[in-house]
Amino acid sequence: MDFADSPEEREFRLRLRSWLGQNNPGLPPSSTADEYWAGQAAWHQTLYAAGFFGLSWPTEVGGHGLPSVYEVILDEELTAAGTPPRPSVGYLVQGLLRHGNEDIRRRFLPGLVSGRERWCQGFSEPDAGSDLAALRTRAERDGEEYVITGHKVWTSYSDAADWCLVLARTDPDVPTHKGISAFIVPMGQAAIEQRPLQMINGVRREFGEVLFDGARVDAANMVGEPGEGWRLAMTVVSHEREPGELGYVARYGKLVNELAHVVADDPSRFGPEATRDLAWALVETEMLRCHVSRRLSDRLNGVSHGPEGSVDKLLMTAAEQAVGHAALSVGGAVHADGDETWLRVYLYSRAQSVMGGTSQIQRNLIAGRILELPTS
Amino acid sequence: MDVRLSPEQVALRHAATQVVDRLGVHGVAALDDHERAAKLDAAVAATGWRELRTATDDGTPWASAVEVALVAEELGRSLADASFLGATLAAELRRRSGAPTAGGSETVVLRADLAELATDEGGHVPAGALALDAVNAETGLLLVGGAAGWVIGTVGLQPPAGTAAAGGVDLTRSVAAVGGARTVTAVDGQTRPLGGDDLAAWHSLGLAVTSADLVGVMRGALTLTTEYARQRRQYGSAIGSFQAVQHLLADAFVAMEGARSIALHAAWAVDALPASDALAAASAAKAYCDRAARAVCETAIQVHGGIGNTWECLAHVFLRRALLSGDVLGGIGPNLARVLESRGIGGDRGLR
Repeated sequence: MDFADSPEEREFRLRLRSWLGQNNPGLPPSSTADEYWAGQAAWHQTLYAAGFFGLSWPTEVGGHGLPSVYEVILDEELTAAGTPPRPSVGYLVQGLLRHGNEDIRRRFLPGLVSGRERWCQGFSEPDAGSDLAALRTRAERDGEEYVITGHKVWTSYSDAADWCLVLARTDPDVPTHKGISAFIVPMGQAAIEQRPLQMINGVRREFGEVLFDGARVDAANMVGEPGEGWRLAMTVVSHEREPGELGYVARYGKLVNELAHVVADDPSRFGPEATRDLAWALVETEMLRCHVSRRLSDRLNGVSHGPEGSVDKLLMTAAEQAVGHAALSVGGAVHADGDETWLRVYLYSRAQSVMGGTSQIQRNLIAGRILELPTS
Repeated sequence: MDVRLSPEQVALRHAATQVVDRLGVHGVAALDDHERAAKLDAAVAATGWRELRTATDDGTPWASAVEVALVAEELGRSLADASFLGATLAAELRRRSGAPTAGGSETVVLRADLAELATDEGGHVPAGALALDAVNAETGLLLVGGAAGWVIGTVGLQPPAGTAAAGGVDLTRSVAAVGGARTVTAVDGQTRPLGGDDLAAWHSLGLAVTSADLVGVMRGALTLTTEYARQRRQYGSAIGSFQAVQHLLADAFVAMEGARSIALHAAWAVDALPASDALAAASAAKAYCDRAARAVCETAIQVHGGIGNTWECLAHVFLRRALLSGDVLGGIGPNLARVLESRGIGGDRGLR
């Protein structure tokens, strides 16, 4: 039982630290500014080109095949350097690794992992949020292609994406979740309209809705078999619940470090309420770091994710929202100069208990699948 | 980094589980079963768990704080009414002072608010001081100030201090008022005074062990409550099938898992990190675990409903144990203040 680095890990950490010292892009916190989203692709590619991204993924898709705990080292060093977090594409990588055939993996994973190609995820619809299986987007076979018609919403990064992983109904005659298939759809076609959605924190570059009006996709871009879409979706969302996959530990760490500096510079400006919120944010962030270390160590046994991803998601949410509360009480909502940085951090934190499956859905999963409580 | 338990650690935990599953407190009536309690005490004595922090030949402890935490968690889970925390903390003080191992059963004497080790006042125990795990302990250790720094002093605890039993909160571990008149004598054979780092490291052990106890308490309370929610029927259904109840239990489970992760790190840090870093890690863990344990035990009482508010239900025994473990060496307030201190934000900040 050892949280400390092995000699190899230490060597990696020092090499990474030295590289980060020269290569911090100096972007603002991801949750506050369009400037971050505009620079994110370049950051992804820089990190990848230097050999510091995709550490625990297989080498044949552009990863490094390292033990999963190297992701913790990456997060810790990104935090310490105050750089942006690692890009959150792990859940898509895991979905394609698990459900894509050889052809899909070969064609799409290298671009996804390297950041050369941008991706979004077309799952939610206006009438299919938590009840994802109710989705109504259709995919109809037409020769060697499928024709896609429907409306996706709350789609992150849809404005910049080259590809969209779309869930669509291919068989309307079977029970809802059995008739869904997954496709990798090229975004650059006239039959796809992308509309940005402004988030409550004012950011316009992250969130969008996507309308498919007879968009076409090669049948060879179906991921898995017809009807396998639901299982792929479950793989993707369960990884989307894991802080080890998302690298958010570094995002929270950067924010809470900045807040701690603000208070340390002049503690007399802050009352007990603000300092208490900051202290809890520090504690929650530390908890999440320790928790990710524990989870990623468990993977050394070959234990893959299961329903405990819902526990991780709720712990991650608690950490982000504790940081959000500290941002509000330390940073304040109103500034004479109009600076809304910390207000935006707070407002963005409210999304964490909704995206990737609401906190209520996670509690249902824990009650049923971990605590094995009876169904009503 | 690999934070999985070693095979030896898994075996130790398994051994502890076996002892407490047989001899722990599994119902309120068991609290009055003195024969069982004596057997548990004998079993804990036989295992040597109380001596894990005594010194080996080179002065290092027999076992790391991780092993201590594994035992503490099992004792908390089973509401074990055998001394462990006091003996462990006393052994650590002796080890750090270079003093020989205690001849008899020993514990530590804490300040009246339990948040710090007591310090002598003119050769006497200060008013209001409290001894942990006081039943059966023959002596208690506290700090004695001197020109060369802190040394450790000992005070006799037998016979117990009359009716001044201060520690009624926890039905499984006694806390006794030691009283003002008792004389403190320096422990024989100390080879070095205790410096700031010694005291910080000692404190971080105490925080890590009480955090582990709280994790165990949470596990025990959750097992009890989840089982009850499966059995208890209202409106013709098990109450555990109702979403309102399910979400209470899910939140309790999540709090317990977060506590487990941060407490594990704190236990590792005691022996692996510099004293100030270990203390920061342990303070964060203790604040988290104290808050989580309170919430989990309150949920245990809530889900048990009317029964949970009666003495015969074990839920309050978990809550009471959590209240004591929370206070020992400081709960949320002092530990949040230490977390801030570790980030250069000193002072009381209104948190204590």
